[in-house]
Amino acid sequence: MADQFTHTHAETDVHAMGEVHEHPTWKQYKWVALILTLITVVEVWIYYTPFKESPLFVPVLLIMSAVKFAIVVLFYMHLKYDHKLFKALFTGPLIIAMSTLVALLFLFGKFSGR
Amino acid sequence: MTAVASHAHPPTSTGLDHRKIAIWAFIGSECMLFASLISTYLIYKGRSVVGPFPHEACNPPVCATHLNPILNIPVTSFSTFVLLMSSLAMVLALAAVENKGKPGYEGLLGSSKFWLISTAVLGITFLGCQAYEFTSFVHEGLTIRTNLFGSSFFTLTGFHGAHVTAGVLWLITLLAIDIKRGLGPKDALLVDIAALYWHFVDVVWIAIFTLVYLIK
Repeated sequence: MADQFTHTHAETDVHAMGEVHEHPTWKQYKWVALILTLITVVEVWIYYTPFKESPLFVPVLLIMSAVKFAIVVLFYMHLKYDHKLFKALFTGPLIIAMSTLVALLFLFGKFSGR
Repeated sequence: MTAVASHAHPPTSTGLDHRKIAIWAFIGSECMLFASLISTYLIYKGRSVVGPFPHEACNPPVCATHLNPILNIPVTSFSTFVLLMSSLAMVLALAAVENKGKPGYEGLLGSSKFWLISTAVLGITFLGCQAYEFTSFVHEGLTIRTNLFGSSFFTLTGFHGAHVTAGVLWLITLLAIDIKRGLGPKDALLVDIAALYWHFVDVVWIAIFTLVYLIK
């Protein structure tokens, strides 16, 4: 009975629920890890260079951070391969959160130098 | 057997497992929680009246004595690397569970136990770095009550640390199940849900590392 239950459970979860998706391979996972590490190394490296004083420093860091964020979400969290409902459940609140953050920073004068 | 199946997991209106929908909804709500904490940190940034400060030294008369910038970038860079590697270990744990018994998943590198232990150890290492950082800050005179930076910094990173701690406990629970009865393809969803939470904790740290530690 327990075996039957377990077996049925597995079939329900993995097959009947339509959740079988293409996942990255080990090799791809390792490439992703290498890219994430390299971006982190570049982030820390430019922190210790005179580029830190450049007006481009903050935008460059934010772009690198956003790229790392997207890579983890798309490949490690498999959102690239997953159902659109999961994409909506994540990106919807993320957009609200980012909009709120930017709105609050404007409201408190963080972009006007106050 | 059909009766068991319908009783155990009735078909859902979306055709998707409710547990996976729940974890994504939870992660979405967590995005908003951390956005509010990061907003608070950024709004208070640069508005502390007394030191220590994150990126600048503090000299008399603002501070009683000379205080160095308090953030320790090398230690935090190391802990960031550790957390990124823990995410790699987590996806390999999930792959090992999903493909248990298949060719190419034999031996240590195909063992879900090995990757679950690795993920938990890396998570504990990250927490150790955070404990070291917090302790050194307190020794240098920065507590949650010292200034606006201290309050918002400890709240933000403390909440993140609490999430990592919950994740480590979750991983240890999965490891205990794996040791007791073994995790296989039928348990892939359980591990997948834990993995999603763990990766979310990682992406939050990616944002915190840049916004708090690297941007002056």
